Amino acid sequence: MAILVVAEHDGARLKPGFLNTITAAKKIGGDIVALVVGHQSSAAAEAVAKVDGVSKVLHADAAMYAQPTAENITALVLTLAKDYSHIVAAATGFGKNFMPRVAAMLDVAQVSDISDVVSADTFVRPIYAGNALATVQSKDPVKVVTVRIASFDVVADSGGSASIESIGAGPETDLSSVQSQELTKSARPELTAARVIVSGGRGMGNGENFKILEALADKLNAAVGASRAAVDSGFVPNDYQVGQTGKIVAPELYIAVGISGAIQHLAGMKDSKVIVAINKDAEAPIFQVSNYWIVDDLFKVVPEFTSQLG
Amino acid sequence: MKVLVGVKRVVDANIKVRVKSDGSGVDTANVKMAMNPFCEIAVEQAVRMKEAGTVTEIVAVSVGAAQCQETLRTALAMGADRAILVETDQEVQPLAVAKVIKALCDKEKPGLVIMGKQAIDDDCNQTGQMLAALLGWPQACFVSKIEVNGDTAQITREIDGGLEKLSSKMPLVMTTDLRLNEPRYVTLPNIMKAKKKPLENVKPADLGVDVAPRLATLKVAEPPQRTAGVKVDDVAALVNKLKNEARVI
Repeated sequence: MAILVVAEHDGARLKPGFLNTITAAKKIGGDIVALVVGHQSSAAAEAVAKVDGVSKVLHADAAMYAQPTAENITALVLTLAKDYSHIVAAATGFGKNFMPRVAAMLDVAQVSDISDVVSADTFVRPIYAGNALATVQSKDPVKVVTVRIASFDVVADSGGSASIESIGAGPETDLSSVQSQELTKSARPELTAARVIVSGGRGMGNGENFKILEALADKLNAAVGASRAAVDSGFVPNDYQVGQTGKIVAPELYIAVGISGAIQHLAGMKDSKVIVAINKDAEAPIFQVSNYWIVDDLFKVVPEFTSQLG
Repeated sequence: MKVLVGVKRVVDANIKVRVKSDGSGVDTANVKMAMNPFCEIAVEQAVRMKEAGTVTEIVAVSVGAAQCQETLRTALAMGADRAILVETDQEVQPLAVAKVIKALCDKEKPGLVIMGKQAIDDDCNQTGQMLAALLGWPQACFVSKIEVNGDTAQITREIDGGLEKLSSKMPLVMTTDLRLNEPRYVTLPNIMKAKKKPLENVKPADLGVDVAPRLATLKVAEPPQRTAGVKVDDVAALVNKLKNEARVI
């Protein structure tokens, strides 16, 4: 058995989810081959070659992969698929976009967003916003699997010495092209890799007020997240959203501020190790999943919290 | 341009489901059902494009049990012109739904298919991408804005780091994200009007599609429950707990 893991990177560095995805691939068992698709992306290929557990890196470098489309990545993966029992990627925006396209072209089911591996053909995946865990078995000849990165630990990003094989580009489908990306710039850790997250909801009132969360986050070296309500209200950009259909996170410490705790938000953070909630509504559902909570005005509590951290 | 919109009947988004005691699935008997929220956004998008003059006809499609008719009637009340129910009592998984809608596209020849990015029951996030693949069409997933100009579309879609601008050829399969629009409420007069709109009923076999599930569900279990927490009185107490009890700061 050989497993093809499609790596996500920005040309130079790996995206954090890759290291968790390798843990899932190891649990499936088999030779792990990583595919790096990019343009001028040798640094990313070299980073992947050092990752613990990767036995070989396939590197497809071409101008059309500078900002690759789902159509072009799929076309490339399909040229490689016959050699693998499993095709695996992180269930991030990147993986969710092209993996079902690969599965459909192979006429196989995709197993989305797995949270555990039972055996090479049997996986656990959350359904209904994480309120149930389904164990599913795939009888398809190739298993196309996306991995919930919050459910798997990271492997070491050093110590490995995989060979790097340059492969040619796949077909250019010419169906769509990326014009530009507007990425939110932040010096803070990425949400899906942060040890601590400070998240704000509707109770923040406006975007300006997120400054008090940023001050707290800076003290804790935390990422800043948000509920859907805060994103829909335009307080913060869409990439802050934690929840069932946003980012799924499981940090050591999650601090929910002014978030009532809708089912959809809880789905994105209830696997955090320690949850703290600050809300003036004593009946807020977020308290049901919290380890510690304070019922008080967040505009009083958050600055005090920041200052007590010294 | 004709638009085809996929809609799915799911457990209402506000309901917390219970796992059946025999571990065979989730209890959906006597639970309130509704249109999947992302599918509502898809229908709303089609209606707005029709109101803007880009779209001439909206066909709503659902695949599933007879009760999906209710969901299609909601789509008709929102502004779809006609509906097709592909009726089956079998469990239909994303690949099967994509194949059914592919067969309908071969017949209906829409210029655009709009679907929700994810159904809130199985949380798969697959069907739109799969349909695009089977049709050999481009895909635009997690869309927050779209403008169609003849043979091309300009798309803004939500990605992990922010937003991406995509230029795509038509025809196209797009899947909706939350910021695309805010779906309208259906009004009573429109519900009455929707009852008179055509709703066609076909079977997967009529379309030559095998919808047999590819994944077997071996069991469904409750997730581990969190241990009960405690209310703390002030920030000093919180900081103390986080430092000395939880040891996370």
